[in-house]
Amino acid sequence: MAARTASALLACLVLGLPALALPASAQPRTDLVLGMISEPPTLDPSAAAPITIGQVVWQNLFEGLTRVDRDGAVVPQLAESWSVSQDGLAYTFTLREGVTFHNGQPFNAGSARYTIERILAEGSTNPQRAAYAVIEAVETPDDRTLVLRLSRPSGDLPFRLAQPAAVMVEETSSGTNGTEPVGTGPFRFSDWRRGNEVTLTRSPDYWDEAGAARLEQATFRFIPDPQAAAAALQAGDVDAFPLFPAPELYPTFEADERFQAEPGLTQMKVVAGLNSERAPLDDPRVRQALMMAVDRQTLIEAVASGFGLAIGSHHTPSDPGYADLTGVHSYDPEAARALLAEAGYPDGFPLTIKAPQMPYAARSAEILQALLAEVGVQITIQPTEFPASWVQQVLTERDYEMTIIAHGEPLDIGIYARDPYYFNYRNPAFDETVAAAGEAVEEGERARLYGEAQAILAEDVPALFLYLQPKLSVWRAGLEGYWIDEPVPSNDLTEVRWTE
Amino acid sequence: MPKRFLRSLLGFATTFLVLSVLIFALMEIVPGDIASAMLGTAATPETVAALRAELGLDAPALQRYLAWVGGLLTGDLGTSLAYRVPVSGLIAERMAVTLPLTLMAATLAVALALPLGVLAAARPGGPMDVLATLYAQVGIAVPNFWIGLLLILFVSLWLGLLPASGFPGWDGGLLPGLRALLLPALALAIPQSAVLTRVTRASVVEAMNEDFVRTARAKGASVRRALWRHAVPNALVPVVTMLGLQFSFLIAGAVLVENVFSLPGMGRLAWQALAQRDLIVIQNVVFLFAAIVIAVNFVVDLLYTVLDPRLRRRA
Repeated sequence: MAARTASALLACLVLGLPALALPASAQPRTDLVLGMISEPPTLDPSAAAPITIGQVVWQNLFEGLTRVDRDGAVVPQLAESWSVSQDGLAYTFTLREGVTFHNGQPFNAGSARYTIERILAEGSTNPQRAAYAVIEAVETPDDRTLVLRLSRPSGDLPFRLAQPAAVMVEETSSGTNGTEPVGTGPFRFSDWRRGNEVTLTRSPDYWDEAGAARLEQATFRFIPDPQAAAAALQAGDVDAFPLFPAPELYPTFEADERFQAEPGLTQMKVVAGLNSERAPLDDPRVRQALMMAVDRQTLIEAVASGFGLAIGSHHTPSDPGYADLTGVHSYDPEAARALLAEAGYPDGFPLTIKAPQMPYAARSAEILQALLAEVGVQITIQPTEFPASWVQQVLTERDYEMTIIAHGEPLDIGIYARDPYYFNYRNPAFDETVAAAGEAVEEGERARLYGEAQAILAEDVPALFLYLQPKLSVWRAGLEGYWIDEPVPSNDLTEVRWTE
Repeated sequence: MPKRFLRSLLGFATTFLVLSVLIFALMEIVPGDIASAMLGTAATPETVAALRAELGLDAPALQRYLAWVGGLLTGDLGTSLAYRVPVSGLIAERMAVTLPLTLMAATLAVALALPLGVLAAARPGGPMDVLATLYAQVGIAVPNFWIGLLLILFVSLWLGLLPASGFPGWDGGLLPGLRALLLPALALAIPQSAVLTRVTRASVVEAMNEDFVRTARAKGASVRRALWRHAVPNALVPVVTMLGLQFSFLIAGAVLVENVFSLPGMGRLAWQALAQRDLIVIQNVVFLFAAIVIAVNFVVDLLYTVLDPRLRRRA
């Protein structure tokens, strides 16, 4: 009897296992578990900078007056349309009707005005406050009209308003958006088990019927370890990893038909910043020589298994006026050595690089060390904890010679004109060009000026421009509607759905 | 007894006071602050200053220290600077993962080590002894995160029996929670049980050679009776000592194992809080870890007196 029970149990176990692995019915699922490396500290994108915040809430929970679509174009969202005055100093937005926040409060010109004034307020901790400083006054002639008066023209404004830092918030909930966000998006906040996952559920009364979320529930699960991320995907614990952290394991997923793995691009520009105030880096010839000593393709191969795009300046293909400038100081160690000799360093010189502990940065530093050794520059790698130590030492105190970091803010070429900023780069011609580009309202002119600014950087090399980080997304087969590229730090899940 | 109790209580208070000063001072000298961490590459001097003011970080160190310790005494652990929720809630959520995990691991370790060690000692040089020695050697040599990876590979990915990562939470029921903790607990338990096997074996072998066991044998006790009735109980003191000592290793190991299995436990909390420079969270977590280790040592101390009557008289 006992033996029979045991063998029956065993049979159940063996036969039952595959059955347990199968979904209960043939109905497509309506929930999604999406993996991310790090957890946002708060869910309020207007209060802190980590791009992980936008990767959870932007478009899913919070919306802006405008938005960036999957191709990087700026399109209307909570503002139906807008117009610019002749002198370029006033933007008039016509707001959408019938939009309500998740707490039932209406969205109107009053909430739009509150949001903008909150960003600009004295003591505001909005990380992108500087980008909106051009706004001088906010007017609301009626409930559906918002007028922004500017101190100087700004063609970038609609793009800036489409960023996570400028999402529309409602006054009574703005203080608690960090822990219980209230937006106008297709998903609403459901639960946050800190250190583990954030859950959003479909908003039943979303204003745009056609644009309503297809999924009933979306869970963002935080898995910091690359090995654990791969295991979680393979075991079916998560359905997708839009920014898969281990490029060397990516080909396994490309070959596995249970998954869809299509590499795209992010807006993360990996650059090796040079301190232009420190000798010998204050000599442009030295910086150019360093650039010519770098074989970007080799670096991309070694750091990101060949995924990613080599860049020659601080721009991405979705930015206005982008041009491939990798040829300006292309790989030529012979010429690099000659230029170093001309600058007075025939035997090279020692250099210290402060490298954050993220895998891409640490690996890039090692490859740079090998490549620059070829032209006589001996690099010492100094691991620097990111963000806290790095921000203090490099960004705030500017106490470094060379460093490496991925810049994730879209269209942030203007950082080279900031003073003070960690590059210590000063070039009035660049400052003027980039300021003019930001002001240009006419698209062609804007693209031309941004193109010029880009070319100045490529020539001057305030940083070694290395590559654009790939978006190595892995999605379970049967999912569609996700974004291949990431023009804004986000995981827009509005159109994501299961087909099987 | 009350005198001894008072003395150890005073000792505790001093230890905790010194500990709190040490932890706070260490956090003060770590470079970087939470404002820089939260603002990242977007940090400007104005926004950093605004955020520091908002978080109350511009207050003098002594004032912040007193606020923390004062809070600790009244049971208020403060508010996380990054998450902006009460620290006590964060810690409670995480302890609900780490505590069962370490207890499960400790239980598994003892359950594996005791029988193995005693059986090995029963016949030194026998096949069971060889097996136990081999197990102990491998178990000590292989780090727990590696065991974790192997368990994920075989049990989760190949056999599909248990989840590879994550924790469903206890509100989803006891069984899913225990299922999620089983592999990590095993990964944590194996190295510990290896050490314990060795200690148990050595301790029982030693006891078997003691005079009292020889006396028992001379009076006609069988080998089995001499082993279980006389040698094993006397061999338990060093095993309990080892278990107490290892508890801090279990907690340290939990940090690594939680990472491998992506469990939202105390280790993850400490790690994340450190990266974020969420000082109030780190202070409390480190303090709590230290308190647990001290408390476990205290319990082990008490257990000695239970296990060994001679110690009772000495006190």
